[in-house]
Amino acid sequence: MICNVCKKNEATTHYKSVVNGQVTELWLCPHCANKAGYNNVFSDMATDFSSFLGSFLGNGLPSRTSATRCSKCGSSFADIARSGKVGCAECYKEFYDELLPSIQKMHGNIEHMGKVASLGSPQDKVKSQINKYHSQLAQAVAKQDYETAAKLRDKIKALEEGHINEK
Amino acid sequence: MKSKWYEKSGEQGDVIISTRIRLARNLAEYPFPCKLDVAKRKEIAQKVKLAVENSNSYIAHEFDYIDMGKISDIQASSLVERHLISPNFTIDRQGKALLLTKDESISIMINEEDHLRIQVMTEGLNLQQAYDTADQIDTLLDNTLHFAFDKKLGYLTQCPTNLGTGMRASAMLHLPALQGIKAVERLEDNLSKIGLTLRGTFGEGTQARAGLYQLSNQVTLGLSEQTAIDNLKNVAMQIVSQEHSARQSLLENVEADDYISRSLGTLKYAKILSSDECINLLSAVRLGVAQGLIKDISLDTINGLMVDMQPSTLMESQSEELSPQQRDILRGKTVKEKLQ
Repeated sequence: MICNVCKKNEATTHYKSVVNGQVTELWLCPHCANKAGYNNVFSDMATDFSSFLGSFLGNGLPSRTSATRCSKCGSSFADIARSGKVGCAECYKEFYDELLPSIQKMHGNIEHMGKVASLGSPQDKVKSQINKYHSQLAQAVAKQDYETAAKLRDKIKALEEGHINEK
Repeated sequence: MKSKWYEKSGEQGDVIISTRIRLARNLAEYPFPCKLDVAKRKEIAQKVKLAVENSNSYIAHEFDYIDMGKISDIQASSLVERHLISPNFTIDRQGKALLLTKDESISIMINEEDHLRIQVMTEGLNLQQAYDTADQIDTLLDNTLHFAFDKKLGYLTQCPTNLGTGMRASAMLHLPALQGIKAVERLEDNLSKIGLTLRGTFGEGTQARAGLYQLSNQVTLGLSEQTAIDNLKNVAMQIVSQEHSARQSLLENVEADDYISRSLGTLKYAKILSSDECINLLSAVRLGVAQGLIKDISLDTINGLMVDMQPSTLMESQSEELSPQQRDILRGKTVKEKLQ
């Protein structure tokens, strides 16, 4: 097995993590393992979030990120990878591409579902409201509460029509 | 004095002690707390306080404002024991604040890992009611504070593990029988595959005590609040039924019955009770009450004692500081009085 990072030397270290059933494996040569800080601390990788995040983020970084800093809070991507803490809301825009793989590994998803905040777009708010009514509708039907179900169906219809008109 | 939420037992109360919903929120215009100095933290605390007071709603007069920088260490750790704040929140307390309702069912931590952690607790299994309350408060505050939000990533949080809904839903479970037959570890493994975790009562990095566990959702991005709550409720009910059958086979054993009775005897007659001994005995007695072996004591009484007999909460009720032995004597006396 060849090292996943330098793609040159023979790998001697095998790092495997399972989070939410998502398996991640890394094969590293002694040099790259040392550089990434994987000496013999694997046992608590999964519980120590900052090193866990850093371990994913540290590999195959595009070169621009080392110099790029968030315009709002001044964090670099290296700061985020090291601490496991994102500096501000703006960082998520600035480092979106770099953060995405680890977000995907954590959650298995990359698209928000659910409540939309006041800063969200009106269309998204309507969509989220429609979803909410749909799940309430399913519950009402399960309870055979058809009166509530009919009201919810009307509300969904009204929202959907309004939504289409807006477009 | 208004009674606290934890002095009551609720739905599925024999196994499920309480339910909690926690929402992580941040003000869009400020960097996250890891990037803030004390002055900025105070500015945010003030903004949140005003947003609550001026919200023109029922919450305006419900909350007490506690400046974390001004309370004693004992008061702070009592808040942890009552699950109102996280252990982290007691470190470096300058510029941190807590908004707390009189019955302690709703708390808002300001400048913990995120600017706001809105937390709602209820007795028994009641995720929907807890979520509805948290949702209302969130909407009210969002109108003036404007929380950081992204169309794709949802609510933006300091730690990416909370992205999306920013919601952690959890149930505190009493699983003495499953713990007794060592089934909890297997359960933990299986749950992690479906995005849930089961761990010791005080959350991350703590050992389970007295059969008390916390079940919570891990995934917050890509699942709506409702789906996450439904999943959790579903799994909680499955664990409840497993615990029920484990309890039944456990109690066919006369030794288990004996242990429960002896535990009650010790609690009723001991003069000195350490915190660890007390919680373990209460756990056994709780099992006896839940299974109908002990009839003259209510689950409410036991739930209350489990919270109130912890070291800092016990000391908070006293005007002077107590030595460990004085504390254990006071605990013995208090428990005896409650169980008479």
